[in-house]
Amino acid sequence: MEPISIEGTPKTPSIKFYSDKGILEIKGRSIPENSIEFYKPLIDWLEMYAGQPHKKTIVNIQLEYFNTSSSKCILDVFKKLELIQAGGNDVQVNWYYEEDDEDMLEAGEDYESIIKVPFKMIEIVD
Amino acid sequence: MSFSLNECFENMNEGNVILSYKGSISAELITSVLGLIELKLDNTDEKPNIKKRIYNVLVESLQNLFHHIDEPDESLRNELGQRFGVFVISKVSNGYLISTGNLIKSEKKEELKSRIDKINMLSKDEIKEYYKFILNNQKFSEKGGGGLGLIDIAKRTSRKLDYSFTKLNNTFDFFNLKIFISNN
Repeated sequence: MEPISIEGTPKTPSIKFYSDKGILEIKGRSIPENSIEFYKPLIDWLEMYAGQPHKKTIVNIQLEYFNTSSSKCILDVFKKLELIQAGGNDVQVNWYYEEDDEDMLEAGEDYESIIKVPFKMIEIVD
Repeated sequence: MSFSLNECFENMNEGNVILSYKGSISAELITSVLGLIELKLDNTDEKPNIKKRIYNVLVESLQNLFHHIDEPDESLRNELGQRFGVFVISKVSNGYLISTGNLIKSEKKEELKSRIDKINMLSKDEIKEYYKFILNNQKFSEKGGGGLGLIDIAKRTSRKLDYSFTKLNNTFDFFNLKIFISNN
């Protein structure tokens, strides 16, 4: 499969998917008015990837901000990962948050409690 | 502008006003306002996590406004134009105030009121659970976040949502939401 590379904007994150290594990276801000439109290509892509996933898929999420409209789309991304794991492959989510950003840590923990995929909370210290 | 609407807007100006807007609410406008406020916040001594919280709540409140504007009827449209909304961002003692206002069809008032009252009845832990429940179970519409915006604001600010409705004419009410974010 072709790798994905979407550049970030002030309202949308950068998305990089190295399918040959099984690494997905979502970085930056996710605050678009219409998140469904923005995330649809990634969700579609993950669905294809789930058919032939890498033995281990690593997802690095490093968001500075995300709005509630994105929160549902991010959950949809995680639900695709759950399927990959249910198919017998390893999945690991690394949830990055900046030092003292309790709200972002809590958001990661909220997802961790909903999704049956291992999460690692990683604090970024300046 | 009709007397009562003018009065509503005047009442929203509290404390030290950083930005006050009245007019059409577009995605471009929200982008500019967010950029401007981020710059302003960078020049304050607030802690990084507080700046983030203010920014996050501002995103939710402005996008909530954007998604839920009811178009005015003819009599009000001549006066207010399309996609009319107002917001005021101000510094008050111990924190910041974001006050938003928009027209709402009076027939939808009770539904919104009961949604907010339901959120206001919940404890901090219950709000967290409610947020997760809506996130995981509710279908989102193309435009909005399935009502998650107000819950998110209550969750981040750890406060009751302060709101009011003012009757404008036979069809419309003015809905004002006042959000306080503590800087402690």
